[in-house]
Amino acid sequence: MAKLTIADLKKIKEKQHATFTLREGGYRAKVTVHMGTCGIAAGARNIMTTLMDEISRANVEDVITTTSGCAGFCAREPMATVEIVNKAPVKYGNLTSDKISEIFREHVMGGNPVEKYALVVGSETTY
Amino acid sequence: MEDLSLHILDIAENCITAKAGRIEIKIDEDTGSNLLTVEISDNGKGMDEELLKNACDPFYTTRTTRRVGLGIPLLAQAARESNGDISVKSKTGEGTSIKASFQYDHIDRKPLGDIGQTMIILIMSNPDIDFIFKHNRNTREYLLDTAEIKKDLDGIPINTPDVIKIIKNDISEWLNNTGSVIE
Repeated sequence: MAKLTIADLKKIKEKQHATFTLREGGYRAKVTVHMGTCGIAAGARNIMTTLMDEISRANVEDVITTTSGCAGFCAREPMATVEIVNKAPVKYGNLTSDKISEIFREHVMGGNPVEKYALVVGSETTY
Repeated sequence: MEDLSLHILDIAENCITAKAGRIEIKIDEDTGSNLLTVEISDNGKGMDEELLKNACDPFYTTRTTRRVGLGIPLLAQAARESNGDISVKSKTGEGTSIKASFQYDHIDRKPLGDIGQTMIILIMSNPDIDFIFKHNRNTREYLLDTAEIKKDLDGIPINTPDVIKIIKNDISEWLNNTGSVIE
């Protein structure tokens, strides 16, 4: 089983302390990947993995990811909802790895929703 | 669903919906008895008799967004297609346990798939839930218990990128080193 060494832990703690001060414990953006049976069967897991890779590549600490269930629009899966704090959430559908990468760059990092992939603007919020 | 790791992710999402605090995923690959079993159990809110009776019926669902629920029925189908079966045990307030078995070398048995990806997504997206992942390949055993890791972390969230990286490497090392169990 994964065992943390003292050195690992010390390094992580120092880094974590630094970033906490930076963001004051909050986050700027939250991306929810819909992982109902329909989403998973349509490829939602790859969407999530691509997203997590993009976040780690961009080295940002204020973007979080989570999963949710079926939104009742199974035909348009895989779907994801992007929420930027204080902005209307945007739901995207028929995603692919390339599309979620583009959405990450343009919307999550750039602040401009990618209209061509958007299904709906301003539905649920989770914060 | 292309492989068993996707089914596992799907069933685990049910556990999360059932407000589980602990989810245990156990995979046992035993080529000696030609059996692959997958067991997912949680300490969530459980199902009453009525719900349990209907859990394998695709036209029964608790959700209101659509009228079919395919999670358990699809896993049951995958098991039965490969000469296996499924059992669902549950008690209100105590939790649910689902066990699916497969004939290991059956031509229609779905591959296990990328179980590492499934585990990382579950841990990353649900830092408050404790995940126990047990994977046996004949005599070799692997155990990952995020509750134990959390003790060492001393308050640092488990989904901190550096921690996730350590867990990810640990799982892939296990999967890569054991390789295929077919000898």
